[in-house]
Amino acid sequence: MTDDLREQVRAFILENYLFTSDPDALGLDDSLLGRGIVDSTGMLEIIFFIEEQLGVKVKDEEMIPDNLDSVNKITNFVASKRQAA
Amino acid sequence: MCGIAGLYHASGETPDLEVLQRMVSALGHRGPDGTGFHVEHGIGLGHARLSIIDLDGGAQPIHNESKDVWITYNGEVFNYLELRRMLEARGHRFYTNTDTEVIVHLYEELGDRFLEELNGQFSFALWDRARKRLVLARDRAGILPLYYARLQDGLIFASEAKAILASRRIDAALDATGLDELMTFWAPVAPRTVFRGINQLGPGEMLVLESGKETIRSYWHWQFPAVGEHRRGDEQVLQDELRTRLAEATEIRLRADVPVGAYLSGGLDSSSLVALLKERVPHALQTFSIGFDDVGLDESSHQRTVVDHLRTAHHHVQCTLSDIARVFPKTIRHTESPVLRTAPAPMQLLSRLVRNSDVKVVLTGEGADEVLGGYDIFKEAKVRHFWARQPRSGWRPALLKRLYPYLDLTSAQSAAYLKEFFGIGLERPEDPCFSHLPRWATTAQCKLFWADDFRRAVEGSAVERLRAELPADIGRWHPFNRAEYLESRTLLPSYLLSSQGDRMLMASSVEGRFPFLDHRLIEFANGLHPTYKMRVLREKHLLKEAMKERLPSSIINRHKQPYRAPDAAAFLGASAPEYVRELMGKSTLASYGYFDPEKVTRLVAKLQRARVPAARDNMAFVGILSTQLWHAQFVAGVSVD
Repeated sequence: MTDDLREQVRAFILENYLFTSDPDALGLDDSLLGRGIVDSTGMLEIIFFIEEQLGVKVKDEEMIPDNLDSVNKITNFVASKRQAA
Repeated sequence: MCGIAGLYHASGETPDLEVLQRMVSALGHRGPDGTGFHVEHGIGLGHARLSIIDLDGGAQPIHNESKDVWITYNGEVFNYLELRRMLEARGHRFYTNTDTEVIVHLYEELGDRFLEELNGQFSFALWDRARKRLVLARDRAGILPLYYARLQDGLIFASEAKAILASRRIDAALDATGLDELMTFWAPVAPRTVFRGINQLGPGEMLVLESGKETIRSYWHWQFPAVGEHRRGDEQVLQDELRTRLAEATEIRLRADVPVGAYLSGGLDSSSLVALLKERVPHALQTFSIGFDDVGLDESSHQRTVVDHLRTAHHHVQCTLSDIARVFPKTIRHTESPVLRTAPAPMQLLSRLVRNSDVKVVLTGEGADEVLGGYDIFKEAKVRHFWARQPRSGWRPALLKRLYPYLDLTSAQSAAYLKEFFGIGLERPEDPCFSHLPRWATTAQCKLFWADDFRRAVEGSAVERLRAELPADIGRWHPFNRAEYLESRTLLPSYLLSSQGDRMLMASSVEGRFPFLDHRLIEFANGLHPTYKMRVLREKHLLKEAMKERLPSSIINRHKQPYRAPDAAAFLGASAPEYVRELMGKSTLASYGYFDPEKVTRLVAKLQRARVPAARDNMAFVGILSTQLWHAQFVAGVSVD
């Protein structure tokens, strides 16, 4: 289940920020900010994606790199929110 | 303005008049009022005239008394009356009433030092037959353009690349390294252009060709005092001095035998000029502005405030998304370069409005931000320097959130993310490029879309090249001044004054004049301590104080709103013009070879479904589309509109 989620997240970032479907273009632990893949205004789109397509509400104080800065971090964040719900 | 063109043959061969005529013909938009040629052994000079001073008698090329010094000239020397008086007193005889003729006599009098005496905007070629010497020169700020290409047997030069291409001595091709600089700094840095084999003379530079030897040297550049050596003084005194200098710079720029109007954007800079002009112009001053349907970009209500306050005869044009899409191919024909914003396109509509109102000259506020501390990038740099002193601080970078009140920021823009972006280069605040690294890194995201083969053709690093060419004493300058210097070297001449400025004015045969770029005003402002320009985070502090009695407070206290036009939105959707589908389609992308067709297709799809298009996606889209348009029109020779 978490693997499906991880793939969904990776596919979204590949499509919308690297404009490719090649999975080798993005490491699961690559820092989205560090690699310059996403900037501060771009984070808006990721949050929309998490809320609208993954069905998880993101609180203001949760909008931090620890939760959002890589495919794995996003996956873990979303999975733990779903479990808690 | 006008257009110039020329050919130099080291062998002394007489250039072909027909080639020169073709070159000048390509500059008709710069000079619709007449053409002129001078051809002799070794040199051919051509001119396309826009008559502004001495309407009846000012045909070019122009010569000295003994007809052995000739000039073809684009621009205005605003202190020409004073220079003429001085030269006549020394025995020189004039045969025209132009400002141009002053230059040949000044050259006779002073040799190469003549440039130091000129207060104006100019780009010209001067031929000294006695010494078989060619001098090319460009004004200090880069208001007017000058391109040249080295040939086997000499040199070819002109106001625009299209005239050089019309000679058929050079083929159009994209310089990958030039595009790399554009997708870093927003435009290539002199001498580079996006054309392979075609160079631009830099602002404040002269090129001399004599006995087969070519030398390029700088006769003026933006200079700043070392930290601790700035001018400080009583603030009231400095305000008065600024206002007096600006008024004088404005006044001499009224010298013309045709009506002079002004652009009015609704912002502080153009409003200041109009306020000062009103004190000097006895009749109704004509002002011109643009409006947009997009409420976030439109400044019409501020324009109206100034018009009502100063009672100008105002003309306004509304620019829609479909207007931008419709004129954009012509915009690129004139910018002769890809662009990262659609902002030049509405400027084209604006200049056309001026022309249709029978006005040939407008004063405009460009340069105020660079000279008097107006840009957000200067504020950003200040906050980042403050932050760099305590890198682990949480609240210092939060100051950055104060910088963007006009953007639609939500709580997602948490301090952590702003920190990441603006933190680029934070560990090296002494780097002379510190202020601009975040912007250059963002712009460089456009390069993600390059085809792999194209990427391999790029040479070296744009930032490293620029760093190596910075003045030796930049390390002793205040960081604020370093940022101003970088703007003056990159964005100002090659994008703002060119793609948004000269090129869009000339597309409608209108001359622009720039009081804020009077070199004496620049020198005055450059000498002031930065605290007069940015008081804490209040930009253009001194100008605001100097003008607050003459303008409504709503204009003085407005948040800075940079001029922006709608970007990708203008080209997407059901009413998108055919050329967009064609040029952004996979087969054309593959055929031109600059961009990866798969990536671009995904970008377009993302923009089409986005609620709020990301700034970097907008910039990449406009950059890609304009590069495709550039190739179609200049390389493939295809008509797009």
